[in-house]
Amino acid sequence: MNIASKEKPVKLAIRAKQLNLWYGTFQALFDVDLNIKKGMITSLIGPSGCGKSTFLRSINRINERLGYVRIDGSVEVFDQNIYAPEVELVQLRKQVGMVFQRPNPLPVSIRENILFGHKIHNKKSGNRQQQDEIVEQALQQVLLWDKVKDRLHHKATSLSLEEQQKLCIARLLPVKPRILLMDEPCSALDPKGTEAVEELIWELRGKYSILIVTHNMAQARRASEECIFMLMGKVVEHTPTNQMFVTPAQQETADYIEGRYG
Amino acid sequence: MNNQMFAATQLNQKNQRTEKLVQLLFILMASLLILPVLVILATLVVKGGSILSIDFLFTDPTNGMTEGGIFPALLGTIWLVAVALIISVPLGIAAAIYLSEYAPDNWFTRLINLAIINLAGVPSIVHALFGLGAFVVFFGFGTSILSASLTLAIMTLPVVIVSTREALQAVPHSFREACWNMGATRWQTIRRVVLPNAVSGILTGIILEVSRTAGETAPIMFTGAVFFSPFLPQGIMDQTMAMSLHLFVVSTQVPGVPENLPYGVALVLIGMVLLMNSVSIAFRMHLRGKKKW
Repeated sequence: MNIASKEKPVKLAIRAKQLNLWYGTFQALFDVDLNIKKGMITSLIGPSGCGKSTFLRSINRINERLGYVRIDGSVEVFDQNIYAPEVELVQLRKQVGMVFQRPNPLPVSIRENILFGHKIHNKKSGNRQQQDEIVEQALQQVLLWDKVKDRLHHKATSLSLEEQQKLCIARLLPVKPRILLMDEPCSALDPKGTEAVEELIWELRGKYSILIVTHNMAQARRASEECIFMLMGKVVEHTPTNQMFVTPAQQETADYIEGRYG
Repeated sequence: MNNQMFAATQLNQKNQRTEKLVQLLFILMASLLILPVLVILATLVVKGGSILSIDFLFTDPTNGMTEGGIFPALLGTIWLVAVALIISVPLGIAAAIYLSEYAPDNWFTRLINLAIINLAGVPSIVHALFGLGAFVVFFGFGTSILSASLTLAIMTLPVVIVSTREALQAVPHSFREACWNMGATRWQTIRRVVLPNAVSGILTGIILEVSRTAGETAPIMFTGAVFFSPFLPQGIMDQTMAMSLHLFVVSTQVPGVPENLPYGVALVLIGMVLLMNSVSIAFRMHLRGKKKW
């Protein structure tokens, strides 16, 4: 079922071991074992409520502020248990960036959005020239530089949704994250915007380890290298994407992919 | 099919009439709200307008308060409001930030919320007696601006807390999530994103407080405001005259006051409040024009 464990040595970005998670008395994840490879795009698919977003959110521990979340088992990010007591959440979230369903740029300028992370993580925010460099680099990486270079001082909220989502990805980059988590990053976008953002994600492959939750089967197929299918809080299948969509190993996977439920 | 297909039936017509009637009723009720304001203002202007002058604002009362101006009272009210603001604004905003951004949902938080609601419901005369007991006597501040302003501050704290909390909560949650996910601490998030976007709402609460503080009489009567004082206050430990108490005094306590004097005092007091309110509205519109999400 899990090909990652056979092909050693593979560098792992995320390794979940026997991860169980409860919201109050409701169990959302059951014994999740996953090995997500470094530098790859892995997509998480499954019907609503199957625990894919919950799993995603347990990787940067953003679930915890809900207060009634209980966790058993472990998640390792680059071989470090992120639930160990000495883990500093600020450091974890710096390394593990997250992109949301709805683009959520801050209500400041494009430039300030990019510099936000840099400023909160550095005592000195550098001189003008260094800041300009950071902004240009980040925007170059998300293929947005040419479009917005003349209006860096405009409000980020004046951009189109597609550009906003790219900006939200770009602003993670200056703090040099190693993993990018994306929770249905294209579901608020139109088909053209979706295509553009997918292209960008594909472009970022290798530099970052990317985990995408998606409802869109076609997107998982187009824009990921490995695919995880989850159902009712359990991992059903984790294989290379093309293999999953051509010859799914499990009946449930096949049913879901063919749209028999979801 | 004929062209009567979309014509109104009898039932439609009846519903339409009811609709119009109901609408009229609601408009009438809403308009009634304006009436008292207009009547009050008109009465004050007609009866007290004649006494208004620069001299009236900036001279002392003379001849047993039956003549002269209101300067000590005007200045006293500004003192009282300013000191009350200095006390209640930082306290109220800090409390609201805790309640909105940090407080977990537990018995302690609920207790604080309950206290705020109850504090808002306490009659002002009770606040006055509390102020007398606590600040004037127990802490030994005497009857002074400090005691009076502390009493006013406690009385208006709930307004500041509730309005600030609402302003903070009006800032979309997604902004906070965005910050937390970039590794910002709660305080960094509050300082850089939440507060700047809540300023206009917070300001509204403060202005509301100013209006209320300027007009209160009971809480300052026993704690720091005096009938008449030949001296202007020099610091927060002095007693002072105040507009609201002065109005009470010239309307009921002093014989032989010309009719237009109390109306003039009331007009100035209401003018101060309206001026503050319009300044705040203008400022808020300016701020709101700049933000978009």
